[in-house]
Amino acid sequence: MSNSTTFQQIVLGGVGGQGVLFITKILAQVAIEMGESVLVSETHGMAQRGGIVVSHLKIGGFMSPLIRPGTADILLAFHPESVLNHRHFLKEDGKIVANSPDSGPLSINATKLAIEMGAPIAANLILLGFALSKNLLFCEAASIEKYLSREGMKNVDVNIKALRLGISKGEV
Amino acid sequence: MSLPSEEVFMSEQRLLLGNEAIGYGILVGGCTTITSYPGTPASEILASVATLKRKQNLDIHVEWSINEKVAFETALANSYAGRRSAVAMKQVGLNVAMDPLMSAAYTGVKGGMVVVVADDPGPHSSQTEQDTRFFAQAAKVPVFDPVSPRDCFSLIQKALDVSEAFEIPVIFRPTTRVSHARQDVWVPEEICVEQKPASFEKEPTRWAATPKFRFLLHRALNEKLEKIAEKEELQPELLDPNQNEEGKVCILGSGVVLTYAWEILNELELLPEVPIYRTLMPYPLKRSFLDSLLQKYERILVLEETYPVIEYQLRNLDRVFGRLSGNVPYEGELLPETVEDIIRNFLQLPSRERVQADEAPPRRPTLCPGCPHRASFYALRKVFKKGIYPGDIGCYTLGLNLNAVDTVLCMGAAISQAAGFYHAFKGNITKEKPDIVATIGDSTFFHSGIPALINAVAEDARFVLLVLDNSTTAMTGNQPTPETGKRASGELSGKKISILKLVEACGVEFVREADPYDVKDFIEILKEAKSFVQEPGGGIAVIIAKHPCLMDKEYQSQFKRLKVRITDRCKSCHYCIDNFECPALVDVPGEDRVTIDYSTCSGCGVCVSVCPRKAIVIDG
Repeated sequence: MSNSTTFQQIVLGGVGGQGVLFITKILAQVAIEMGESVLVSETHGMAQRGGIVVSHLKIGGFMSPLIRPGTADILLAFHPESVLNHRHFLKEDGKIVANSPDSGPLSINATKLAIEMGAPIAANLILLGFALSKNLLFCEAASIEKYLSREGMKNVDVNIKALRLGISKGEV
Repeated sequence: MSLPSEEVFMSEQRLLLGNEAIGYGILVGGCTTITSYPGTPASEILASVATLKRKQNLDIHVEWSINEKVAFETALANSYAGRRSAVAMKQVGLNVAMDPLMSAAYTGVKGGMVVVVADDPGPHSSQTEQDTRFFAQAAKVPVFDPVSPRDCFSLIQKALDVSEAFEIPVIFRPTTRVSHARQDVWVPEEICVEQKPASFEKEPTRWAATPKFRFLLHRALNEKLEKIAEKEELQPELLDPNQNEEGKVCILGSGVVLTYAWEILNELELLPEVPIYRTLMPYPLKRSFLDSLLQKYERILVLEETYPVIEYQLRNLDRVFGRLSGNVPYEGELLPETVEDIIRNFLQLPSRERVQADEAPPRRPTLCPGCPHRASFYALRKVFKKGIYPGDIGCYTLGLNLNAVDTVLCMGAAISQAAGFYHAFKGNITKEKPDIVATIGDSTFFHSGIPALINAVAEDARFVLLVLDNSTTAMTGNQPTPETGKRASGELSGKKISILKLVEACGVEFVREADPYDVKDFIEILKEAKSFVQEPGGGIAVIIAKHPCLMDKEYQSQFKRLKVRITDRCKSCHYCIDNFECPALVDVPGEDRVTIDYSTCSGCGVCVSVCPRKAIVIDG
């Protein structure tokens, strides 16, 4: 067990092909570099063929890779259906940050923004940027940006652009 | 939990999947032959070894074998030759490799051998929830049960040491939640695989033992197991070294489920009162340890997945809370919430109020847009309107959605079952004789379809067989097949094995190769096949439906994307949506025609041939 002071449990939900695993990995890697212990649970196999995809990300002194229903701090919902699918994981005062056709204090139409940007695949990073702008996550936008720009990363320009777009939409 | 040791300056902290941590452990543990057949949740084990081999230029043999039995026997010979080996598979793969395992337990090994078998409680991606620890007991070999990716890395090295010290193959059994968990793990930056000389000492009474000597080997095996059970460093330990052994009750178990228990007790602030004993090796367990536990504690909760393997080894079950007492479910994954209910019940605490999951709209997995299998299934259903469709294991199991798959049993069964159905209906007293059309993928055909096909030809069965050949093992992440001439680490062997020639060599007289994207021609070939099967001098007709998988990165660069459009000839009859089931063809409420979702459309253009009104066209 680590001497961590940060404890955060995040559920990331979407459907196959949305890049949920990619966002999970970015957050996990950034947490490790902050000196935190990390546990992640991923969906593989047949479910990835257009089915429901969900990751659990636990930062801090945890031991199990799974989040129990009623205990998650945050749900990042990459698909409108993900809210219904995974809402039960949240604790009472847990927050949902959602990709949704209707924007609101914690929701944004990332799909539409990504298409307008000319990179439909980058909706995941727009949503991540939006969540970061709300100061709900364990890390800061700068650390994510630094990670996305490091050597060996692909599509750096598009990724950063999408992330910043999400951040700016959240700050308005 | 392993923490960075004094070698930390040589190590790096990496975010690893459990399966990748196993890959590291296998190499640091000194394995020089590593084999596998892909299958969820085990596929990333060999993939990670192959990547490390390529990146670090390691002198080891790594192969995607044709099936698990071959993988096992190949690795075993390396261990007969005094070198360390590993073979990896999913739990149902062990059913295929059970024959050599049972016998190898008797012959034993010289160099250490670890058999990694990933279980899938749930099940998430498998036909069964079988517990490999139970199979280890049946074969009489030790089995290790890791709790986390970090644990995978260190425990598998211990397993290899035990295997070599006692000259016995050992099983290492992660579950899906360990294989597909990611954790920060300290691993060496540079791997050095210890190279022992290969040397095979002839010993016929062991390596080629006849029944007389098998009895002696069995006795020796039983003696080994007794000694292994006694071994000090393999004894059950407290999962959390900060816990003490006071208290009136305890938890005993193995695997990831204990980590759920730890978090629940931590939240209840009961860690000091309820020690968690973790068995590194759930079989064989030391008798005196189990007896002392029964003496020390008033009640014991046994937590393990999926069968009561530890529980069966306890001699007195009076004060044991588990499956046999009816307190732990016999089927399904033990999720954290289930474990919480069990623990609260065990500790006589009130149950926890929990928000139930919402009823979300169902979302079934489908074949990808552009998948050549969809074209094959569509054509199949066009020609064979009624019939029996034996299917097989792979992406194309999803032919279920197109009503073109009726049975899914196990690898290779489509062909033997097609023959079986033919024999069942051959002399049918009701005169009903359905068309029988079986489908099997290329990798599955290599895995276990070939003996079934030879048998069916020899027994004069009649059916149509579609080998859905996308030249890859798609479902598990596009591993190479023997047809591609590619090997695990990407090197080219140049040895390509032709499915067409294999089918011919099996004695099949009607063999055609065709691209299912050319729907019209493909339908004509299926019609020919249908008449050949029914002709007096006919037989089995095999069509190799050949088109690469769109998920294959190499093919993606050559794939020509077409711009498909729906014209106003569309009357929204939904024939395409109902019979072709492409996720990119959608019914948008309020629209007077079917809509193409360009964010998912692959541009394959196959739907153009599907529309009865020719309302789908290609632009440009």
